[in-house]
Amino acid sequence: MKEEIIIAGFGGQGVLSMGKILAYSGIMQDQEVSWFPSYGPEMRGGTANVSVILSDERISSPVLNSFDTAIILNQQSLDKFEESVKPGGTLIFDPNGIVKEPSRTDINIYKIEATRLAAEQGQPKIFNMIVLGAFLKAKPIVKIENVKRGLEKSLPERHHHMIPMNIEALELGEKELVTVR
Amino acid sequence: MGDIRLMKGNEVIAEAAIRCGCDGYYGYPITPQSEIMETLMLRRPWEETGMVVLQAESEVASANMLFGGASAGKKVMTSSSSPGISLMAEGISYIAGAELPALFVNVQRGGPGLGTIQPSQADYFQATKGGGHGDYKLIVLAPSSVQEMNDFVDLGFELAFKYRNPAMILTDGVIGQMMEKVELSEFKPRLTNQQVEETQGNWAATGKKKNRERHILTSLELQSEKQELHNQKLQAKYKQMEEEDVRFELINCDDAEYILVAFGVSARISQKAVEILREKGIKAGLLRPITLYPFPTKQIQKLIPQAKGFLSVEMNAGQMIEDIKLAVNGKLPVEHFGRMGGIIATPAEIVEAVESKLIGG
Amino acid sequence: MEDTLKIEDIIKPENLVYKKTSVLTDVPMHYCYGCSHGVVHKLVAEVIEEMGIQEDTVGVSPVGCAVLAYNYLDIDWMQAAHGRAPAVATGYKRVNPEKYVFTYQGDGDLAAIGTAETMHAVNRGENIVIIFINNAIYGMTGGQMAPTTMLGQQTATSPYGRDIDLNGYPLKITELLAQLPGAAYVTRQSVHTPGNVRKCKKAIRKAFENSAKNIGTSFVEVVSTCNSGWKQTPVEANEWMEENMFPFYPLGDLKDGEREKPDAYLVQKLKK
Repeated sequence: MKEEIIIAGFGGQGVLSMGKILAYSGIMQDQEVSWFPSYGPEMRGGTANVSVILSDERISSPVLNSFDTAIILNQQSLDKFEESVKPGGTLIFDPNGIVKEPSRTDINIYKIEATRLAAEQGQPKIFNMIVLGAFLKAKPIVKIENVKRGLEKSLPERHHHMIPMNIEALELGEKELVTVR
Repeated sequence: MGDIRLMKGNEVIAEAAIRCGCDGYYGYPITPQSEIMETLMLRRPWEETGMVVLQAESEVASANMLFGGASAGKKVMTSSSSPGISLMAEGISYIAGAELPALFVNVQRGGPGLGTIQPSQADYFQATKGGGHGDYKLIVLAPSSVQEMNDFVDLGFELAFKYRNPAMILTDGVIGQMMEKVELSEFKPRLTNQQVEETQGNWAATGKKKNRERHILTSLELQSEKQELHNQKLQAKYKQMEEEDVRFELINCDDAEYILVAFGVSARISQKAVEILREKGIKAGLLRPITLYPFPTKQIQKLIPQAKGFLSVEMNAGQMIEDIKLAVNGKLPVEHFGRMGGIIATPAEIVEAVESKLIGG
Repeated sequence: MEDTLKIEDIIKPENLVYKKTSVLTDVPMHYCYGCSHGVVHKLVAEVIEEMGIQEDTVGVSPVGCAVLAYNYLDIDWMQAAHGRAPAVATGYKRVNPEKYVFTYQGDGDLAAIGTAETMHAVNRGENIVIIFINNAIYGMTGGQMAPTTMLGQQTATSPYGRDIDLNGYPLKITELLAQLPGAAYVTRQSVHTPGNVRKCKKAIRKAFENSAKNIGTSFVEVVSTCNSGWKQTPVEANEWMEENMFPFYPLGDLKDGEREKPDAYLVQKLKK
C-alpha cells in the first residue's frame, strides 16, 4: 500500500497538524511515512500545504508533483492542486468559500462541509479532524484506532482529555462525507 | 524497538545532539534551520545532560565560539543555512588549520546572496572544496532522510574526533523541514572532564600540567618550512580520509547502464526516477554519495565498464558533476540535470533528462 | 682573600629582591624596545603565578603584535581569528566554567574588527578577563590608523593626521563597555611608571579574581605606547602618551562591582 496525499488550505486551518496526525497514525500501523510542508513567509496568514506519504515500503521521493488524494480547503488550493490529482485519484474539498467547484471527470470527488459542521458544534478547532474523518471514509488507509494511538503519542499528556472529542469529530466526518461523483 | 518518533529533520538534529553527548551548541537563527536552536532551547539540555546552548551575536561569533569549545577537547557544534555558512567560513578555516574537531550543519537554501529560503544544494563547492581560505577539507556528510539526520550527528562527531578536523552535515531545506519516522539514538553520557583529559589530553587546552609542554591551538606558523610541513600533514590526513571513510549507497546498480548520481533530497527523487525508468525497461541505477568529501571516486570508476553514461542530479547549476567527471576521466558521457532557485526537481523531469541527455544523446 | 664574598653567599632566599615569574617562558620576546606589551605580559604571568592558577588558566591571543603571546606565558593557549577572541573565550568558558580564561587584544582587534564580539561578550557578562592594549595604532601591520588613533595623529593610513570628516572620531570603547550591565569591572591603566605598573597589576589581579566569582566580565584597558609605530624614542613615546592620550583616555576605574541585578530588566512574563 502506498498513498500520496496533498493537504492544502489557509494557514490556521490545521493543515499541517492534520498531516502530522495522519503520518503518526501510519507509524502506529508500522508504515513508512513522510510529511513535507510548504515553509517560510508563505505560511504566515497565507496558504499552507503539506505532502504526506504513507507506504508499506521505503519512501523514495518525499516531494511529489502528482497525488493519489488531494484534500482541498480553499479556492486557491483547488486552483493550484486539482490538476495534480492522478487520473482515478481522489479529491475531497470543503465547499465553504469555494466559488468554482472542481471540474475534472476522471477522478473521484467528495465534499465535506467541515466548516459548517464545526461551527454547529461550536468547536472550530475540530474542523481538521472532521476533514480527516471524511478522508478516512473515502480512503480507509488507517484505522480510527491507530489515529487514536497516534494522537496519544503525538499530543502532550495534558491534552489527552481532548482525544475523545477529536475521535467524535472523526466519526462525524465519516458520516457526513458526500459523494459528488 | 527503540524510541520511534515522527519528527522534522531539524528537530532531530537537536535531539541527536543531546543524545550523543554533545557539550555545546552555539548558533544564530536563519531560515530554514531555526528549529534546531529552538528545539534545543525548549529541551533545556543543560538541566538534563549539562550541554550548553548559546545564541550568539552572529554566525561569525558562533563559528569562533566553536573554536574555543573545541580547543577544550569538547564536542561542540553549530548549525546555519547558506548565507550564515559563508560568515562561518573564517572560523571553519581556522578550526581546520588548528586541527580542531567540530561539527557544522548547513541546511542549504538557494543563493547567491540572500537568495531564497527555499531548498537548494548550491553549497556543494563551498562544502567540499573548502569554502574558506587555505588548503583544507571538511568531512562532508549528506543525509537523505530524517533518520540520517539523527545518525550523522554522532557519526559527524566520531569522524571529526578521529581526524581532529571539522565535519559538516550538508543537508537542505527539504530534509530539514520534512517529518519522517525516525528511531532516535540511545542516550550517551557526556564525557567528564577526567575522560576528556584521558582521551584528548594529548592536544587539548585543558590547562597546562607540570608534566607536559603547553598546548597551543593555533593556525599560525610564520616559518614557511614549518607551514609547509603542517600543510603536508593536513594533506596526509585528507588522503587517509579518502582511504578509510568513503561512504555511499548503491540502488539498483547491479546491472545498471545509466547511472544517476545524487545526494540528499535529490537522491530520494532520483530513486523515484529510477523506479519509473525500470518500469519502462531502462536499466537505470542510483549511486548516492553519503560522504561528499571524501568523494566515492573509486566506486564511480568501478561502474564504468557496465555503464553507458552518468547523470548528475543536483539542485544547482552543476557542481558535483565536476567530481564525477574527474572520476570518469572522459571515458563515458557525464551529464547534469538540476533545478535552481529553490525549485525541487520532479521524478518525471529526471526521467526525461535521462532519456534525452543519455539515451537519446 | 678569605673574606672575599662568593657568589653563592649572595644568592640566598633572604637576599632575593626580584625573580622572574616561572609562568614567563625563557623565550626572548619579539616586541620592540619601549613597547608596553612585555610589561603587561609579565604582570599577567605574575598574577597567574601568585594566584596559583597556572594549570587552570587558558589564554586567547589575538591577531596583532600579541599574536605570539603564546610563546611567552607557560600556559595553554588558543590563537583566535582577528577580533574573535571574546567569542573564542566564550566558547571555551561556557563548556569549561571552572577554568580561568582571558583574552589579550590590541585596539584594532578589539575595537574595530572585533567590536561586536567584544560588546556582546561583555553584555552577556561572560566570566572572562579581557586585557585591552590601546596604543592608538596598528603595530604589526606597520603603523596604520586604529579606531583609537587620536585626532590629528599621523599614521600610515592617516599620513596628514586623523581627520574627523575622513576618519570619524577616536573610539572610547572602554566607556561604551562600562555602560553594559554584564560588566563587573572596567578599568583603564597604564604601565609607563613603576607606580602605574603596580596599580595595573592590582587591576589585573582583581579581574582574574572576579572571573572565578561569576559576577560578570572584567575588562582592563592599558593605555600603551608604540614608539616604533609612532616613530618616537621610548622616552618621547611615554611623554606623548601622557600629553595626548591621558586627557582623552583618562586612567582609573570606570566600573567596579558586579554585573547588574536583573530586577530593572525583568518584564512581566507573557501569559499563554
